[in-house]
Order: sequence, then C-alpha cells, then structure tokens
Amino acid sequence: MDNSRLDRLALISKIWPWLFLCALLVFFEVWARISDHRSFIFNAYNLQSIGLAASAPLLLAIGQTFVIITAGIDLSVGFVMGLAAVCIAQFTIPGGNAPWVVLLSIPATIVVCLVPGFVNGVLIARLGVPAFIGTLGMYGVARGVGFLAAGSGMTVAVNNAGLAWLGHGWTPVVLTLILLLVMHFILSKTRFGQYTYAIGGNPQSAVRAGINVRRHLVVIYLIAAAFAAVGGIVYTSRFAAGAANAGEPMLLDSIAAVVIGGASLFGGTGNVIGTLIGALIIAVIEFGLVFIDVNAFWQFIVVGIVIIMSVLIDQYKERLGGAQ
Amino acid sequence: MSTPILEARDISIRFGGVEALRRVSLHVMPGEVLALAGDNGAGKSTLIKIISGVYHADAGQLLFNGTPMQLRDPQDARAQGIETIYQDLALADNLDVGSNIFLGREPVRRQFGIQVIDRERMAQVAREVLERLDIVIPARKLRGPVKMLSGGQRQAIAIGRAIYWNAHVLIMDEPTAALGVPEQRKVMELIAALKAQGVAVILISHNLHDIFAIADRIVVLRRGEVAGERLVAGTNGDEIVRLMVGDTYADARGPAH
Ligand SMILES: Nc1ncnc2c1ncn2[C@@H]1O[C@H](COP(=O)(O)OP(=O)(O)OP(=O)(O)O)[C@@H](O)[C@H]1O
Ligand SMILES: [Mg+2]
Repeated sequence: MDNSRLDRLALISKIWPWLFLCALLVFFEVWARISDHRSFIFNAYNLQSIGLAASAPLLLAIGQTFVIITAGIDLSVGFVMGLAAVCIAQFTIPGGNAPWVVLLSIPATIVVCLVPGFVNGVLIARLGVPAFIGTLGMYGVARGVGFLAAGSGMTVAVNNAGLAWLGHGWTPVVLTLILLLVMHFILSKTRFGQYTYAIGGNPQSAVRAGINVRRHLVVIYLIAAAFAAVGGIVYTSRFAAGAANAGEPMLLDSIAAVVIGGASLFGGTGNVIGTLIGALIIAVIEFGLVFIDVNAFWQFIVVGIVIIMSVLIDQYKERLGGAQ
Repeated sequence: MSTPILEARDISIRFGGVEALRRVSLHVMPGEVLALAGDNGAGKSTLIKIISGVYHADAGQLLFNGTPMQLRDPQDARAQGIETIYQDLALADNLDVGSNIFLGREPVRRQFGIQVIDRERMAQVAREVLERLDIVIPARKLRGPVKMLSGGQRQAIAIGRAIYWNAHVLIMDEPTAALGVPEQRKVMELIAALKAQGVAVILISHNLHDIFAIADRIVVLRRGEVAGERLVAGTNGDEIVRLMVGDTYADARGPAH
C-alpha cells in the first residue's frame, strides 16, 4: 500500500466514532421527520435526555479511560458508584433540608469511595494482582457494603435542597462536561497524562525512565473511584434517592464508551474526548431507539454490535501499524 | 593512571535460588570502551541493571569517579550521567520520538498556572538529535508512535536519548543484536564517536567481531563470575571464547572448583 492510502485509512480509523455519531444523529433525525414530522436533534427535551443518559456512564468512563490506558480495567466502579449513591443519601439525611450539608456529605462520600480505589491500586500495583481479578473482588465488596449501608430497603430516599440543585436540569451534564475538560487537560497536557500513556505502552521503560509506576497506578485507581463516587452523587441528586445497584448497568456502558472511543484494552492508547464520543454514541442509540418506538431490548443488541465493531477496527489499526 | 569514572566492586545478587552474580568487579575509564562478554545467562544484563539502578546488589559497592554511590532507582544513575540502552529496547512504543527522548524528564511550560509538557520543544529536540546521528526519519513519522519505525531507527532513538542527556558513562546491552548490517555499522560508528568525546562505554555483545573492532578491554563473565579480563591488544577470539564457555582442562586442573 502506498503512503497516502495508509494515511487515509489511519485517519478514517481515527475519526470513525465521530462519523458514526453523526450518522446516527442523521438517521434518527430523518426517521423522526418522516414518520412523526418532528425533529430529533432540535428538541431541548431530547438533548437534555441524551445528555443526562450519557452523563452517568460518562463519569465512570472518564476514570475508566485512565485505567484502560494503563492496560488495566476497573470492574468495581459500578458498585462503587452504588456505594456512593447510598452514602451521599445517608450522610445528607441527618442535615435535613439545609443545602450546606452537601458541603460535608459530598467530600465524606468521596473519601469513603477512595478506600476501594486505594485497595484496588495497592492490590494491582504493589501486590501484582491482575486488574481484572483485583477489581472483581472489590466489585463484590463494594456491592455488599452498598447494600448493607442501604439498610433494609434497597433505596434510601433523601430530600435536600443542595442535592436537588445539583440534580436539576442541565446541572449534571454541565458538571460532567467540566470534569471531562479538566481530565482531558490532565491526560493530554501534563506529565501525569504522559506517564499514564508511557506505563500503558511499556511499563518497563517507564520504570527505567524513573517514573514511579506503582504510585502512579495507585493514583489512577483512586481517580477511577473518585469518578465513580461523583457518578453516585449525581445519581442520588437526580432521583432524590440512593440505590446500591445504581451503577450496575453503567459498568459495561462505561467500558464500552472507552473502547468505542478508540482506547485499546491492551493499553497505551485512548483519550477522554474519544470516550465522550463513545458515551454519546451509546446514549443516542439507547434514547433514539426508544424515541422511534423500537423495543428497548434492541438497544443491547445494537450497542453490543458497536462494541464488537470498534474492537475489530482497533485490531485493524494495530495491523496497519505493524505493516509499516 | 587516573581514577575510573565507574567502578563496581564485589557485586553479588541472587534471584531466589539463582546466584546471578558472585563477587563481580569491573571498572571503566573515561574514553574507554569496555566490552562485557559471556554466554547466555552469564549475568551480563543483571550486572548492568545494577550499575544503572534497576536492581539493587545484595552485596558490593559502586563507585563513581572514586566516590561510593547509592543508586535508589534509574533516575539516580541518570542524574550521575550513567545512561543505559537495554537489550529489550526500553522505548514506549505508543509514544513519539520526542516523548521517548524525554521520557521521565519532560520539559514543561506554564498554562493556566499549571505545568504542561512543552511538545514543541520535544519535537524540535527530536529533530536535532536525529540530525546529529545522521538518521533520516520522515517528518510525518516523527510525530507518530515509534512502533512504526524500524529496529535501527528505534535503536538510534535510544542512543540519541542517551547522548542528548550528556552521558558520562553509556551502557549498551547488545545494541546491534536486532539490526541489519548497515545499521550495525552505524551504531559502531556512533560508539567510536562517543569514545572520542571522552564518554566511557560499556558494551555487551555476543559479536566478537564487533568487540575486537571497537573495544579496548574485555571482561568475560561466566555463570555469574568474572572468568577473566583481557586487553584487546593482547588477546584473540579463541582465548575469549575459551573464557566464556569455560576451559574444561583448566577447570579440572584448577584448585577450588
Ligand atoms: N529478574 C530476574 N529474576 C530471576 N532470575 C533472573 C532475573 N534476571 C536474571 N535472572 C537470572 O540471572 C541469570 C543471569 O541473567 P542475565 O539476564 O543477566 O544473563 P545475560 O548474561 O544477560 O544473558 P543473555 O546473553 O542471554 O542476555 C540467569 O540465570 C537468569 O535466569
Ligand atoms: Mg542479557
């Protein structure tokens, strides 16, 4: 293959998530116009619904992006999110409706959730436990603790003005976007981000370059847990109730978003903006299928196919790289 | 004679049951090329990993310019000007040339009051270093991951990284093993140039031809021990091979084996 053709293929494999997202939007727009004579995209309610549907898995996926770039995986984030959802409710309830209570209950929730993150990090970075196994263990622990903390019922209702503000309207979406931009900056511009890629590319070379790989990995799993905590806090704010299984369906969506966004599960590649596109693709598929009245179970099938497609494209990219 | 730039005294290390090195000593002078020879598993890589701060010796001492030094990690060694090019190429394959040259020592500038990596400068230096080594890499590949480059180009980057950081001691573990003939020659030329600049080079190689072409002195390791040390001028390939594989006649005759 000549160079220009290779370049073009490399470019397409890089931007296909964007193209795919556009194609989805066009598809749903055309469908909505033809069958219902209304717009899909130019509709504030639809946009907000997609934004909200995307924000919870996206919060998990931002942390997961860092983990996956280091060639790790964090299976515990779903139930850490559930733990956070219960904790923020339990911690806020004693303060009644006073909005300032969240200034205490939010940090407290995050601190609680950093514990499983820290344990994950130590298991993986210090004790050499494979990420898949270590975080699977933490998946169970966080799940159990979450249900125990929720008490007899599965959910803990909470009415607080501060939380209500946080969960109202576009606020969760805006908060997610701000955090996303901050983490994008860190990953793409700072040494911390550079070392995240270096560790995923070749941990040995990172060690020899003097990077404190163990400490870095612990911080990475702390970040994943912190984002899971924020996801749980946003959940409880939106629904005025915390549930221990709040994040259960989000785990796979979060990993899917990262993979669709261009990260390789072998580590070393991926970025936060790609993850954003991945999360939007999933949210648009899920919301769009409901919007055009397709049986909701179809969304699992379609998202599943998209995941497989993106992994195939990733492997094809590898082969492109190897061929040169 | 003056003091060695680097000296290792009575270095020993074990990995579980394996005694990888037993009371190994060597030294190297500024501007000298010291070859480290030995069969597979003799302990060559292990020794240079100790000298470059990757492993910690169980016993023994390292001296830099005559003063004892403690190496906690590779960063310590590099701060002293000891740069190492590893047998298994220590590049991050997913990063570009500049990122690899600067890995762990990235130049930074400020943005929003936060230190961010100065990628412009890294790319600039990458171009300069490659130019100095006379290595041609197309501009569009310069910004791509180094896994897109050939073995020789990658080796050149590893060498360029060491040179850019002003190595006093350059340790190379089989730098030509994965290379084609022209690229091997290029690396040999680079070593000669470094030697002329007063850099001390420790070269591990299985290739006796290379060793005799470039080295001043040869230390032979066998099963974790120094089997012998020879000036290149006063030895030949046969003798080195005998030292490497162990002269059975000498072993049988020797006192305590
Ligand atoms: N990290 C380690 N853990 C356990 N054993 C090790 C380790 N590193 C080296 N060894 C052992 O130490 C001995 C020396 O290995 P080393 O890699 O230093 O040999 P070498 O002389 O570089 O060989 P080669 O020419 O094949 O590169 C071998 O027996 C090896 O198995
Ligand atoms: Mg070796």
